[in-house]
Amino acid sequence: MEREEVKKIKDWMNTEEYKEKNFNRKSIVINPERACQPLGAVLCAAGFEDTMPFVHGSHGCVAYYRNSLSRHFREPIAAVCTSLTEDGAVFGGQANGFEGFKNATALYKPKMFAVSTTCMSEIIGDDLGSIVGNAREKGHLSEDILAPYANTPSFVGSHLEGYDNMLNAIIETLGKKTDAVRTDIINIIPGFDTTVGNINEAKRILKIFGINYLVLADYSNTLDSPLNGEYKLYPDGATKLEDVKNCVNNKATIAMQKYSTKKTSAMLAEKFGQDVRVVKSPVGINYTDEFLMTLSEISGKEVPKEIEDERGKAIDSMTDAQQYIHGKKFAIFGDPDMLTGLTGYLLEMGGIPKYVLCSNGTEEFKKEIEALFAAYSENEGEVYIDKDLWHLRSLVMTSPVDMLLGPSHGKFVAREAKVPHIRIGYPIFDRVNIHRYPIYGYTGVINLTTWIVNKFLDVLDDISDDAHFELMR
Amino acid sequence: MAVNFKEQEGIVEDIISIYSERAKKNRKEHIGINDKETCGTCVAKSNVKSLPGVMTPRGCAYAGSKGVVWGPVKDVINISHGPIGCGHYSWGTRRNLAAGEPAVENFVSFQFTTDFKERDIVFGGDKKLEQAIKELHELFPTAKGIIIESECPIGLIGDDIEAVAKTMTDEIGIPVIPVRCEGFRGVSQSLGHHIANDSIRDFVVGKGEIDNSKKTPYDVAILGDYNIGGDVWSSMKIFKEMGLNVVAHWSGDGSIEEMKITHGVNYMLLHCYRSMNYIATHFEEKYGIPWIEYNFFGPTKIKESIRKIAKLFDESIQEKSEEVIKAYEPKMQEVIDKYRPRLEGKKVMMLVGGLRPRHIVGAYEDLGMKVVSTAYEFAHNDDYERTTKELENGTIVADDMNEYEFVELANRLKPDLVASGIKEKYVFQKMGIPFRQMHSWDYSGPYHGYDGFEIFARDMDLAVNSPSWKFVKPSWKE
Repeated sequence: MEREEVKKIKDWMNTEEYKEKNFNRKSIVINPERACQPLGAVLCAAGFEDTMPFVHGSHGCVAYYRNSLSRHFREPIAAVCTSLTEDGAVFGGQANGFEGFKNATALYKPKMFAVSTTCMSEIIGDDLGSIVGNAREKGHLSEDILAPYANTPSFVGSHLEGYDNMLNAIIETLGKKTDAVRTDIINIIPGFDTTVGNINEAKRILKIFGINYLVLADYSNTLDSPLNGEYKLYPDGATKLEDVKNCVNNKATIAMQKYSTKKTSAMLAEKFGQDVRVVKSPVGINYTDEFLMTLSEISGKEVPKEIEDERGKAIDSMTDAQQYIHGKKFAIFGDPDMLTGLTGYLLEMGGIPKYVLCSNGTEEFKKEIEALFAAYSENEGEVYIDKDLWHLRSLVMTSPVDMLLGPSHGKFVAREAKVPHIRIGYPIFDRVNIHRYPIYGYTGVINLTTWIVNKFLDVLDDISDDAHFELMR
Repeated sequence: MAVNFKEQEGIVEDIISIYSERAKKNRKEHIGINDKETCGTCVAKSNVKSLPGVMTPRGCAYAGSKGVVWGPVKDVINISHGPIGCGHYSWGTRRNLAAGEPAVENFVSFQFTTDFKERDIVFGGDKKLEQAIKELHELFPTAKGIIIESECPIGLIGDDIEAVAKTMTDEIGIPVIPVRCEGFRGVSQSLGHHIANDSIRDFVVGKGEIDNSKKTPYDVAILGDYNIGGDVWSSMKIFKEMGLNVVAHWSGDGSIEEMKITHGVNYMLLHCYRSMNYIATHFEEKYGIPWIEYNFFGPTKIKESIRKIAKLFDESIQEKSEEVIKAYEPKMQEVIDKYRPRLEGKKVMMLVGGLRPRHIVGAYEDLGMKVVSTAYEFAHNDDYERTTKELENGTIVADDMNEYEFVELANRLKPDLVASGIKEKYVFQKMGIPFRQMHSWDYSGPYHGYDGFEIFARDMDLAVNSPSWKFVKPSWKE
């Protein structure tokens, strides 16, 4: 094409008129930041001791989950499937299920299969309960191997619901309520959080508090395992199955995300009468304070001086740097709980979360963000649910921002808008080690401030002429 | 040196002894010991169902159609038709580089999906698809075609995407092409390649005409190069220097406009036989255009390939081709002199798709490295036939090798380098074994052509000889 013609079209794509057209579409989704349920189920399973994710479906699906998670964590991801093919559509997938259990047991000797589904097995109407039951009856699946199962259709919800459904199934299947007095242990459910640094930070805080805790679906070690010359199919450090059995008798549960733990949280409260607290993900000062106060309330312990000092240091880092964030406009995108946290943090810094865009957000989430805007009298903020990154492009090209925060897929929008992009969330395919650094807690405040401000300063240095290329910033 | 077949067979027997009788019998047929004298296709049984419950490296028909064949075509919109996941996972993950303004001339970096929800499964998605196509045409008026790639549900719920495609082609005036690549079809990506080839045959080939005034006797098309990290560009450079005129490149950095006029070329040059032999055969049968396979990995194979291709043409091309070979020889010798001493005798194990497990052998040999086992994800008999002669006797050859077998084989063969995909990468790295991703060139490349070999050699060296591997064991445990 002629360059002039290309430019004409590109210019048109940056107009209000195009934006309106773009926002009017109903049927095509373009660059959504959203994956499907079974991916969440596989991630969840990676947090349990000697557990093999067992996906009932075609092997293409499982190859995709393994690829995607491996690219993000830069770690091996184990998962098997029933390799359904065309005849499965006709005869059902039970025979593949039987053979799958048999082969996977011989090769991988798991203590648990975390069984989930795909589009195909859902549509052909396979019943996981009877496949698992019949497999046991016919001797394909040993009684010694646990096999909780969850329906995780890809045409409902996103990876968040898949994580939730699998976790719910695992706890509900394994949990055994006893009459004994509750322990002093607090369950921590991180939710679909691929920043292993966040889980480590939560654990560090709990240790300083002196609280006994149990992380449910703890993949902070299995998906960040040491390189020492030995490949472990099931790396050390996952949640012990024995602990899962007892987790329902623990004192309380704190869910650190809301939208990926709804079913599990409700189940623990309703079925096991547990004290379940769903906190805002502890990103920024306010939500970290709230998290600590929840810990304090449940445990009856005061917030330790050590942590209060950490808070002071975080505030110090914020005030040192706030001038570089104040009044700056941000477009943020990704999973809802992370976005609530980031919105809070940016507002605390005087930044403007101009666009908060969530491809898997709900009305409830939208109201949450709007309430945050209201609390800070933020009139410029806009929140979008069920929208995608092509919508985001229209937004930033018609009314610009200074920076993007979100997963790697946003890089194409950032490039067109010519603004920097800090990688946070899932997936991150194009930067190393980011997922090891927490955005949670006061440590997270320092990390976020460091990344955002230094990025702005790098840009400032890059665009400064000689006269303005100064030593001090 | 005489090959001890018994010893190699023992290794295989040992590894598969863990399986149930039925699975053992199955896997035994898929793992063989290379023997050039007696065996061609018999080295490994292929293109049959994977065992359920094992970590097969295979993907699905959708991955073969959308991810491999259609995905790199830059001027069309690929719709992942169905639920959200497939399109998400295959979004920008194959490194098919393409030049051209995004959203105007180039849609490769996009993820378009009809994002099926429960109601679409229950009531069908044809209306939604129709609406989606209209919206796309309005938002991206310069797209030259719209490709509908079916995900599993489409075939299961009985949607009629062919009818939608036909109506929409008439309505919007650009080709709207249905591709029935539901993931449950076939046993691997391979059927997806075939399905995509057939859709190109039915809806694209022959739909345009090459400009007669620009026709030359040296018009060729490249088939089966997906421009991973720029492979097409480094290959084109050589063809151009040989005096050939590359009219179309399928499908890396390719376009539907080129595909429409490809039947006007004189020869087809086929790199990835597995994924595009179907369309090559079609061109031969329908248009009488001969095709020839080539291998642009490593100077030895490049030289052979250049000569093989040059023979199809007149003396002027043959002379130029010899000049090309001669011109690059010093540079290639320099690369070999630099890296070969660092890589000599190093052992490589491969597990890749449908071409590279044999095509890259020569490039490793150019560096003095030895391929001790090679494996395909989704090859067919004709691939194994082509593989046997590339390998030394005694090399272990495996079909649809799963992770357990791969790890166990590595434990016994003690490779210095494993060359495979992302799913395998970190498994071997945890074992302290250097690794290169050989689907994506591990975010490097190109590896094709003379320019590519220099990068290939550098990358193999930086993997094998990285000082970081020396720290795997703690100093206090040395």
